[in-house]
Amino acid sequence: MTGEVFIYAEQREGVLKKVALELLGAGRRLANDLGVPLGAILIGHGVKGMAQDLFAYGADKVYLVDAPELEHFLTLPYTTATVKAIKDFSPEIVVFPATHIGRDLAPRVAQRIYTGLTADCTGLDIDPESKLLVSTRPTFGGSLMAQIMCPTKRPQMSTCRPGVMRPLEPDRSRKGRIVKVDFKPAPGDMAVKLLEMVKEAHRKVDLEAAKIIVSGGRGVGGAAGFEKIRALAEALGGEVGGSRVAVDSGWIDHDHQVGQTGKTVAPELYIACGISGSVQHRAGMMGSTVIVAINKDPQATIHSVADYSIVGDLHEVVPALTAAIKAMQD
Amino acid sequence: MEMIVCIKQVPDTNDVRIDEKKGTLIREGVPSIINPDDRHAIEEALRIREAHGGRITVLSMGPPQADDALREALAMGVDEAVLLTDRAFAGSDTWATAYSLGKAVQALGDFDLIIAGRQAIDGDTAQVGPQMADYLGLPQVTYVRKVKVGKGRLTVERALEDGHEILEIPLPALITVIGDLNEPRYPSVRGIVTAYREKEVKTMTAADLGADPEKIGLKGSPTQVKKTFVMVPKRAGEKLEGSVHERVDALIGRLRDRNALR
Repeated sequence: MTGEVFIYAEQREGVLKKVALELLGAGRRLANDLGVPLGAILIGHGVKGMAQDLFAYGADKVYLVDAPELEHFLTLPYTTATVKAIKDFSPEIVVFPATHIGRDLAPRVAQRIYTGLTADCTGLDIDPESKLLVSTRPTFGGSLMAQIMCPTKRPQMSTCRPGVMRPLEPDRSRKGRIVKVDFKPAPGDMAVKLLEMVKEAHRKVDLEAAKIIVSGGRGVGGAAGFEKIRALAEALGGEVGGSRVAVDSGWIDHDHQVGQTGKTVAPELYIACGISGSVQHRAGMMGSTVIVAINKDPQATIHSVADYSIVGDLHEVVPALTAAIKAMQD
Repeated sequence: MEMIVCIKQVPDTNDVRIDEKKGTLIREGVPSIINPDDRHAIEEALRIREAHGGRITVLSMGPPQADDALREALAMGVDEAVLLTDRAFAGSDTWATAYSLGKAVQALGDFDLIIAGRQAIDGDTAQVGPQMADYLGLPQVTYVRKVKVGKGRLTVERALEDGHEILEIPLPALITVIGDLNEPRYPSVRGIVTAYREKEVKTMTAADLGADPEKIGLKGSPTQVKKTFVMVPKRAGEKLEGSVHERVDALIGRLRDRNALR
């Protein structure tokens, strides 16, 4: 009998992370393709209340590991807990978030179980013939895509970048079952002590959550030029993004970088201004619903990946667009 | 402090070109470098040795050409260099790599600290460090951006998406480090001369490690690459024509039709 599909539901300090809901969206599709239930591994202390959200977003079951030792994320007890859930319930697939926690935890779990783990996937699909998980990921700095499979070992495991998968519309009437997983830390599991946790003050741009992103690249020409990009983003109620060139040149902060070495985004509208469309950049934004390219170079790759393209100088087009949007809103 | 630093020789991905038809890399003429995060790992080990004494061994797995990366680490000032090289390792995924490096660490003897870069720029997996730590039964901290050495333990700062945490980790342990940690030094001229004329890069084969042949190389790797391809642009865009204002109006019309504007 085929095992279930599991996702790892990341919570930190009692807050369920949005990426957990995204993974449920992807997991639901995989579980439906295999005709198996979707389970969410939920680890922490006093976190049972999050199960309802997980059900609403697609989980059939929540595998709950709740213990005082699991109050904060610590690699070793969380590894023990995850391995226990996997060994007790033998899932076919486990998907982790490619976050600082997921990328710390999932490799340890994979090594202990002796199974395959594919990092930082941007696509997860079931091969119709073999029913195996096909994990698609960018490699060599995003210049090449690779499809990875784990044919013999189980479970098949992957980490998946935040912002790549889409959550389902929540259905609050959906019900599920909570399955408790026994847990006891192994000797030595509590050896690492968390002394302090510090939230950093500066406002983080939440590009992954943005519905509209206006991005600037080499063609913007400088920090001053980014004011035009910012004005358009503001008029649209969106966020500002930047290509690697814009970030490396110091025109905009690294938090805003879209692409293989930055964020992977999937907004409803992505407007690329003065961006050539290198494969590294595309790796970070091809999930966008509608892509607009504004670039004066008619040969720029970005035009061929856009839904709508304007061959023209962004320094003229962007302010005109901003003015037209504002006029429309008045 | 006895330290082992794990490094990887990688192609400089800034220079990698793609055969768009075949969906493969063109490797010819692409320079090989020490993976950037690993350079920070070497630097941190050198600083710890300068402050607290000890010895540093750099460890790598790769083809014989990886000798260059190890010589460069020797030139930066590490004490010893070990290269795992054997056709039997070819095709290793992160599981098999971690297993092989773990075996090598066990063969090298006692140590206090293993430092690795967070991830390599060719694969970007960030998996081998934690996987090795698990194989060796060591505690780990990943994404480390500050290290303070105490008695039998380290206090480290681990970067998070929205802040950081401070952790105390007992030795022996494994940490993976990120670029914020330090500014790696350049090898001195004397260092380079010594690295090439006087120092030795010790090589080890699968047999030297006593590794289980079923757990190394392609055979020991749970994951398999099914195929590689170049991401194909998937939309044929509509080019909007006319004056700036005509084009802007046309764009707004299209976006409204698709409910992309709010």
